[in-house]
Amino acid sequence: MSIFLDKNSKVLVQGITGSEGSYHTGRMLAYGTNIVGGVTPGKGGQKTEHGLPVFDTVHDAVAATGATHTCIFVPPPFAADALFEAHDAGITFAVCITEGVPVHDVLKVVGATPGMRIIGPNCPGLISPGKSSVGIMPGHVFKEGNVGLISRSGTLTYEVVDLLTRAGFGQSTCVGIGGDPIIGSTFVDCLREFKNDGQTEAIVVCGEIGGSDEEDAAAFIKAHMPQMPIVAFIGGRNAPPGKSLGHAGAIISGKFGTPQSKIDAFQAAGVPVADRPSQIPSLLAQRMPAGVSS
Amino acid sequence: MNLMEYQGKELFRRAGIPIPRSQHVTNPEDAAAFVERNHGDWVVKAQVLMGGRGKAGKIKFAKTGEEARAVAREIMETPMPPNRQNPKGEPINSLLIEEKLPIKLEAYCAIAIDRSTKKPVIMVSKFGGMDIEEVADEHPESIAKAFVDTSGGYWPYIGRELAFKADLDPGYRKGLPGIVAGLYDLFFRYGAKLVEINPLALTEDGRVIASDAKVELDDDALYKNPELKQWQTALPLDEDETLATQAGLGIRNFRRFDGNVGTMANGAGLAMGTMDAVKNAGGSFANFLDVGGGANAERVRNCYELVMNHTAASVFFINIFGGITRCDEVAKGIVEALNTTKSRKVPLVIRLTGTNEDQGRRILADAGMTPVQTMDEGAAEAVKLAGAKA
Repeated sequence: MSIFLDKNSKVLVQGITGSEGSYHTGRMLAYGTNIVGGVTPGKGGQKTEHGLPVFDTVHDAVAATGATHTCIFVPPPFAADALFEAHDAGITFAVCITEGVPVHDVLKVVGATPGMRIIGPNCPGLISPGKSSVGIMPGHVFKEGNVGLISRSGTLTYEVVDLLTRAGFGQSTCVGIGGDPIIGSTFVDCLREFKNDGQTEAIVVCGEIGGSDEEDAAAFIKAHMPQMPIVAFIGGRNAPPGKSLGHAGAIISGKFGTPQSKIDAFQAAGVPVADRPSQIPSLLAQRMPAGVSS
Repeated sequence: MNLMEYQGKELFRRAGIPIPRSQHVTNPEDAAAFVERNHGDWVVKAQVLMGGRGKAGKIKFAKTGEEARAVAREIMETPMPPNRQNPKGEPINSLLIEEKLPIKLEAYCAIAIDRSTKKPVIMVSKFGGMDIEEVADEHPESIAKAFVDTSGGYWPYIGRELAFKADLDPGYRKGLPGIVAGLYDLFFRYGAKLVEINPLALTEDGRVIASDAKVELDDDALYKNPELKQWQTALPLDEDETLATQAGLGIRNFRRFDGNVGTMANGAGLAMGTMDAVKNAGGSFANFLDVGGGANAERVRNCYELVMNHTAASVFFINIFGGITRCDEVAKGIVEALNTTKSRKVPLVIRLTGTNEDQGRRILADAGMTPVQTMDEGAAEAVKLAGAKA
């Protein structure tokens, strides 16, 4: 198994004829993702350059293909609309890549789309190595295995995955949850899934400054999965308070969102925190029971 | 984007939240003329984004035109004094002249975004007129909170309950639900990240009035209210944000610090990680810079010049992990930047890994540069070179 996504997941791309949507559809297909079609209003009936059918609405696409997953590449003003449309059409898993979606739009979407798991917005998507990739992650860095990874950032994720792969740790599923203040799925949402996944035998949590998502994750680990080998990393430890660096959500305000509070929380939950990404594989090896590896 | 008090109160007025009578002026003469025409008790308040106006002597009282002119001059003469977050202080370009309220009590009321519950949170406390973080420290139990389900939205019972839970004076009970309704309305209508009334005054004659206004808007939502973009130009721009925009980057993609190792990486997480790596290697970073995805030659050159011209970097550490970004494109950009730039030159340490890594390394090798393999290695090399230079 893996979480959220496997090789049979039927995936739509909303905004498939745009330049980003089209480019990444090609990459996802090359990775082996089961993309069954796309949606661009007004272009229904056409075929994409990849030979995929285009539909005018998500309803039409779901009716014709039985898609359950969607990947959204529309501009920020239309992202919430696209998510609501997907939910209305019965999609159960949506990845929103778009950066710059108004936070209020996201508040409304997450509050009113029960039954649909959302990853993002402003995220690189997710990948179950060897099976399927939904989003913009570079597939060649990943390798199938039994380490789950959750991260708020994109390129830092690739850095960490590259280190894991080189150290012989393959991955079950890697989820880039996004760097915005309000996101569809938090660390805890993903941890809950990993907890019940047979393939996942260890987890890496890549957090960063801002918010209290990492503290929530630490509390969840302590209460619900103390036996699972988990290693954490916190990016932006040297960032100043009051200024967000790159990610809208990466901001220390007052006592909230400081790296120390996150490190303390993880350590209190028995989760070692790597000082630098290159320490993650060895910390993981120490936590893994003997004989278990990729 | 943060609003000044007079701008926040304009939004309050539009949302039907009671505010004191007031006039916004930009010079002492207009202040004098207004008070001359409207004799009474007035408060003259500096319009700045920094907090601590009262302590800094930037809020004063006037009854006559003459007094108004004198205090306005005094307030505007010197900028807001610097503090830790605003080391340069802030110039005072305008004033709000406002009816002096006969205040009996001061409470606190705000709406913010709660990341854990993914909901707007309404907060009410009977301790108004002081920093809410102090209140949270000293009287955490006094802050009553309501997390609003956005599909149902705000209803008056929520405000009524909060008034009871926060143990507000009964005088607040009638006014609070409508005031919170106004805040909730403008929170969504204008895309605010924070709307705060502190203090929310209860007057001797029984009125509930927003005595101050703090509004932070989501930049990503500004397109919904284009008229507010004009307000933005009236505000002092952060220098780093201005430089970032000029270099074609997002406003959050560049930030300067005091160190001597210039940094650049693709992606915010890796850019923060790069700063951390420099620090771990015993050095100090000169800046945060996220060059963004798919960086092309022109962007790389702009970023190079940004760091050379505006930081004290004595070495420049470029840390690229090619996922979507192609290493050969970045390498071309670096070579082109060095060939065409008129800026000063410092030693470069380049780490280039990922998509099209081999082609990228070849391009750099042809130009006489040898990239390092890992982030830790690059950081150590950069710190060593910076130390040798200093």
